[in-house]
Amino acid sequence: MDKNIIYVDHAATTYVKPEVFEKMKPYFTELFGNPSSIYALGRESRKAVENARSEIAFCLGAHPTEIYFTASGTEADNWAIKGAAYANIKKGRHLITSAIEHHAVLHCFGFLEKEGFEVTYLPVDEKGFVNPDDLKKAIKPDTTLVSIMFANNEIGTIQPIKELAAIAREKGVLFHTDAVQAMGNIDVKVNDLGVDLLSMSAHKFYGPKGVGALYIRKGVRINNFMHGGAQERNKRAGTENVAGVIGMAAALKFAYENLEEYNRHLRKLSDRLIDSVMERIPYVRLNGDREKRLPGNVNLSFQFIEGESLLLMLDMKGIQASSGSACTSGSLDPSHVLLAIGLSHETAHGSLRITFGERNTEEEVDYIVENLVEIVGKLRQMSPLYEDFVRKSGK
Amino acid sequence: MYSEKVMDHFMNPRNVGEIENADGVGQVGNAKCGDIMKMYLKIENDVIVDAKFKTFGCGAAVATSSIATELIKGKTVEEALKVTNKAVVEALDGLPPAKLHCSVLAEEAVAAAIADYRRRHGYDNENDHQCPGCCRRCETEPAE
Repeated sequence: MDKNIIYVDHAATTYVKPEVFEKMKPYFTELFGNPSSIYALGRESRKAVENARSEIAFCLGAHPTEIYFTASGTEADNWAIKGAAYANIKKGRHLITSAIEHHAVLHCFGFLEKEGFEVTYLPVDEKGFVNPDDLKKAIKPDTTLVSIMFANNEIGTIQPIKELAAIAREKGVLFHTDAVQAMGNIDVKVNDLGVDLLSMSAHKFYGPKGVGALYIRKGVRINNFMHGGAQERNKRAGTENVAGVIGMAAALKFAYENLEEYNRHLRKLSDRLIDSVMERIPYVRLNGDREKRLPGNVNLSFQFIEGESLLLMLDMKGIQASSGSACTSGSLDPSHVLLAIGLSHETAHGSLRITFGERNTEEEVDYIVENLVEIVGKLRQMSPLYEDFVRKSGK
Repeated sequence: MYSEKVMDHFMNPRNVGEIENADGVGQVGNAKCGDIMKMYLKIENDVIVDAKFKTFGCGAAVATSSIATELIKGKTVEEALKVTNKAVVEALDGLPPAKLHCSVLAEEAVAAAIADYRRRHGYDNENDHQCPGCCRRCETEPAE
């Protein structure tokens, strides 16, 4: 990467770790066999794919036959939610999720509503937490699935998944969690958590794009999503992305082996950024919980300014971050997550998400802070909202 | 996604600020849409001798405000009212489709400031620009 670029958008995607890429390489050029072919070249690929499956299962504390490869985290979410909803349609048509899910989950439920399902969207508190009591109250006799994300992609809030999954299990309802942001940051173990379905995506933990996985607990039946060949034990058709799954397994293995150190590194950077910004810039709030958040996630709302302007100016300084602002997506609505935690439209528009990764340094944090102070000041001088505020408060 | 001209006007906006004792001030847009523009005009003998703005909004909103002040400076009030959003877009070498509403907002801001000027000077204000916003939103929901 360009030395003058500070990449702080790791929740959007990560680079592929060089050692991970090295492991993938032979499977593009030399060992290119189809895992379903019976000759040696095919068998070689099969062996590699199954080895990757075992490694991922080991990380999760699952059995290898419970891991199914997909082409993305979005596909895993779609499969889990639609597959579980339709497989249990005779039992009922009521589904439960939260208001702050990623669109890969939220829009599945929107689709299912159009298909005649009933969906309850659990609210969250001002930190972004789902209240387990709300889940308890929402479950009805015809509820078949609960889907609640592990950690939020925008504000980093980590849900009490174990507690929520236990409630669903007690009522005999399937529990899915979108763990796309959690994997690689948290020691996720499926049996300890008690989840039935779990989605992940390799490119969030230094693996390649275009590959994900769905954990399906043994005995849980969900309908197929991709129809075709007999791959993935007849559950997910399509020739395996051999190099991709090898990359995912290598990246995940590395992540699990270095979780503590990685967490410490990210937390140090996040704390430094949060503390410095809070000290040096007035009228700013930290979104999400200070403690129970993804270690590399910092989501800040700067009052009186708009997020896209902030991002563009940061970009001019070589800082690549993200926002919950409408303008980046081309829609006029600010982030549904920021609105769900109670932010006004105005405040939600002025939000910035910085997500640190392995290569970021404290010097970079300081550079970001210096530029934020300057840019926020400049944009506020330009803002009619700030002008009104100053006038009203007589400052 | 933005033209060089847009980026130039965003990074180095012309005429940012307020005019003390302005002859006309207009504010359009709302926080819900994420864009608010405030336009200040100094008008002498029906000619816009100075224009300044303050904008809360995205890069395109700042750039359209900036170019609009340049386009209307030195023009008569009547001429300034003929500066359309299209002219704003053209002067910026284009805008992404999702940002076209910002150019409308700039046109509205000028119109609102002129309407204020006319109101203060006792002109007929039957056809004054009262639109509070830029976006389709206000057609269905009241502005905040």
